[in-house]
Amino acid sequence: MKVRVALNVNGESREALVPVHKTLLEVLREDLGLTGTKHGCELGECGTCTVLLDGEPALSCLALPVEIEGFRITTVEGMAEGGQLHPLQQAFAELGAAQCGYCTPGILLTATALLAERPSPTRQEVKEALAGNLCRCTGYTKILDAVELAALRMGRQEARA
Amino acid sequence: MTKNEFAVIGRPLPKIDAWAKVVGETKYADDLFLPRMAYAKLLRSAHAHARIRSIDTSRARALPGVLAVVTAADLPRVKFGILPVSQDEEALCAEKVRMVGDAVAAVAAIDEETAEQASRLIDVDYEPLPALMSIFESLAHPEVRIHEYGDGPNVHKNVALQFGDVDSAFDGADLVREDVFFFEGNNHLPMEQHAAVAHWASDGKLTLWSSTQTPHYVHRVLAKVLDTPAAHIRVIATPVGGGFGGKTDPFSHEIVACQLSKLTGRPVKIALTREEVFYTHRGRHPVLMWIKTGFTRGGDITGCHLRTWLDGGAYGSYGVASTFYTGVINPVTYKIPVYKFEAARIFTNKPPCGPKRGHGTPQPRFALECQLDKAAEQLGLDPAEMRRRIVAEPFTKTANHLTVTTIGLGECIDKVVEASGWRDKRARYGMSARSDRAERRSPKRRGLGIACSAYLTGAGTAIYWNDMPHSGVIARADRGGGVTVLCGATDIGQGSDSILAYLTAEVLGIEPKDVHVHPADTSLTPVDLGSYSSRVTLMCGMAAIQAAERLRDAIFKAVARKLEVSPAVLVARERRIGVPDDWDRAVPFARAVELGEALHGVLAFPGSYAPPKRAGKYKGGGVGPSPCYSYSACVVELTVDEETGTVDLENVWIGHDVGRALNPLLVEGQVEGSVYMGIGEALMEEQVFRKNLHKQPSMLDYKSPTTLETPEIHTILVETDDPEGPFGAKEAGQGPLLPVIPAIANAIHHALGIRIDEVPITPDKILKALDLKRAGKPARVGPERLPLLTFKEPLVVESAFGRPADAVVSRPFAQ
Repeated sequence: MKVRVALNVNGESREALVPVHKTLLEVLREDLGLTGTKHGCELGECGTCTVLLDGEPALSCLALPVEIEGFRITTVEGMAEGGQLHPLQQAFAELGAAQCGYCTPGILLTATALLAERPSPTRQEVKEALAGNLCRCTGYTKILDAVELAALRMGRQEARA
Repeated sequence: MTKNEFAVIGRPLPKIDAWAKVVGETKYADDLFLPRMAYAKLLRSAHAHARIRSIDTSRARALPGVLAVVTAADLPRVKFGILPVSQDEEALCAEKVRMVGDAVAAVAAIDEETAEQASRLIDVDYEPLPALMSIFESLAHPEVRIHEYGDGPNVHKNVALQFGDVDSAFDGADLVREDVFFFEGNNHLPMEQHAAVAHWASDGKLTLWSSTQTPHYVHRVLAKVLDTPAAHIRVIATPVGGGFGGKTDPFSHEIVACQLSKLTGRPVKIALTREEVFYTHRGRHPVLMWIKTGFTRGGDITGCHLRTWLDGGAYGSYGVASTFYTGVINPVTYKIPVYKFEAARIFTNKPPCGPKRGHGTPQPRFALECQLDKAAEQLGLDPAEMRRRIVAEPFTKTANHLTVTTIGLGECIDKVVEASGWRDKRARYGMSARSDRAERRSPKRRGLGIACSAYLTGAGTAIYWNDMPHSGVIARADRGGGVTVLCGATDIGQGSDSILAYLTAEVLGIEPKDVHVHPADTSLTPVDLGSYSSRVTLMCGMAAIQAAERLRDAIFKAVARKLEVSPAVLVARERRIGVPDDWDRAVPFARAVELGEALHGVLAFPGSYAPPKRAGKYKGGGVGPSPCYSYSACVVELTVDEETGTVDLENVWIGHDVGRALNPLLVEGQVEGSVYMGIGEALMEEQVFRKNLHKQPSMLDYKSPTTLETPEIHTILVETDDPEGPFGAKEAGQGPLLPVIPAIANAIHHALGIRIDEVPITPDKILKALDLKRAGKPARVGPERLPLLTFKEPLVVESAFGRPADAVVSRPFAQ
């Protein structure tokens, strides 16, 4: 059985006609063309498919679109504003925090939620926030460095404003 | 040229594909959606070993939405495999399955769900055969044959090589140790599951997009198994979401997608589930090892004899190479004057093992480095100083005839010893240390351990014997001042596209952003053999430099004519070409290209690289030679809880001789990733089976380190400027994994006085060893028995140990 769902994705209203059991991950990738969200296990174990629902990290492979109508959904494609990269994206690129890049969207969004809640996290807090996102390339070192750099830059921006 | 004369080399630049990756624009194989695309699913065997009596696909074909169903009967009956000597795989099994997960049929349908549903409607009648699930079972049941070929019943490969007289080397030793170790198998666990899209177009030509590390080998295999001219097949490697060796074989899902596309007249996508990735495997071989080494009182090695038994799984894969690699690289690290090596790879009814980061060498490295630690303890030597003393000599040959060029291992050891506070902490931590009462009450014990390693920078011989380049590049200048680099190299996250851009920009005096890299497309790019054996930076790099230099020479000729100077006085920098003393008249690069094109016609130049021909002149001498070897030294600091057996890693210091860091940011990333992966293998990762099934085929059950288990990694890069590498560079992507595992084992011994002679070192093994220790028994947990297998009569070759490296190294295509 197919249902019509109305989703708010990256500030845009999108509609799709989808089987009721089709996950948000699949709808984003297959129906809305937003392939920046990746799948690593499709069982809610690796964090690769993380998106934000009203600013909170959520595993899109376990979320059903029918349940989340009305939420603000943010994917990696929604992080940059007006052609301007998010400071996290900038820092990840500069510091080599993305190697194969496959886990990167999920980690960027999890880190976005962390910095919204804790603008100056300690390294341990960054580690705890990202503990549900697996990365097999980097050994996490450059990822942690990049989150810290972005936090520092966002703090400076804030101070200037 | 000294370091600060470079414009691009040595700078911590972002990767050229970093921007696409952080905004989610990079298109991995499963991100491709083509018009009318169908979806495919494989039906996989649930039996570990069975004869196929019959397959009935009628119910599946009748399901609405199903476009095609194929079995082995619909494909040419041709077997394939990555190595010419092990052509033992079938895209779909015809008569027999050899493991749970073997593909027997496939469906293409209008969507993935229908395809999966249809695959469950295929009826296969199996006649179960006894399943052999371990080396011991396979050797104990020669009457059950997994394959009909090999070096004996269920023995895929049996190897024995001897370089010098080991027995007299042991006679002359002050200490001879014999130790037994086991290294459990593990999976690459790339974040991206394998995926492929095939499009057999109406013109009869086939295109396959695949998450593969070896598009050239996939190209060759498709031509063979699909009985189609290679000229009509195009293989494009999409950006790979993590490989680590797991996407280095040609796979059945790639072949089947092509055939289904042919039958349906539509593009066909196939994407593996995580469970399928575990069964596709080709990961680390489980290896049992026996190692006997003689030492002098001072810690010098008099000789070494190593035996390895590899659990190969159900197919050959890279197994023959893996078997050799469990032996041939050990003599590269230390002075080992005589060496004997015997190995056997055994078939079992499990997913096939193959190359994983370090390919065949982490296992014997674990054995050797743990044994060195034991010997140092017995001899009363500091394990760091002992290793420092026995580091191999640069520009010499090893016992097994490998030519070694630069060696930065001594400096690596010195630097990690210094940075870690080795001497102080070795005295303060561990069993021998005096501690105050409060520390004695706590169950936490700290330890510090060291280990070293070496790894090849690219295999010196190709997988199939030929005299052609291992890597090729075409550099083409366009009139706007951009340069396009075409190269078959596959970027799996290590940054090969970026390296091509950096080297081209360095030679031509332009910015990396001016270079457009087009990789890994068999119709457009010259062949590169693939992203394996740590070969890409060196081999593609050398080809890129040659191509860029030829382009530069052509442009210089034209600019020289314009400026009325000799080409020899020109330099290329800052996007201009001119005479340094008369820089005002320097010509902008784009203008120089126009002058060059006016003089020569189209500016497109090839670069080719093949390694120097240095294979030892004995059978088996082709595995092990490499243009140069990287070196690593690692110190691990950890805490072990005596009550729970849990290990908490605090710090890892790693010194890595990379020759030259073309981009230190990328090299550090490779080193950190290697250390991380070594930690996973040392403490938790294991591909194990229960009742013929993978015990933990999911990312939750298959434990891998998260941010919380990964310690601070302190990377120290050592530069030796190797004459073989591009601007002196050696590999960084695999070698640094090797010393981490034994360094952890040695640190645990330092903390608790126990020896865990097998990985992963899990809490239960630590608690068991502590129980043994309390009971006054030898505090060791490890393998207790070895397989009964007669090794071949060894091929006896004179040891080449200590001979100087050949003075003049000839390399094909160098001019």
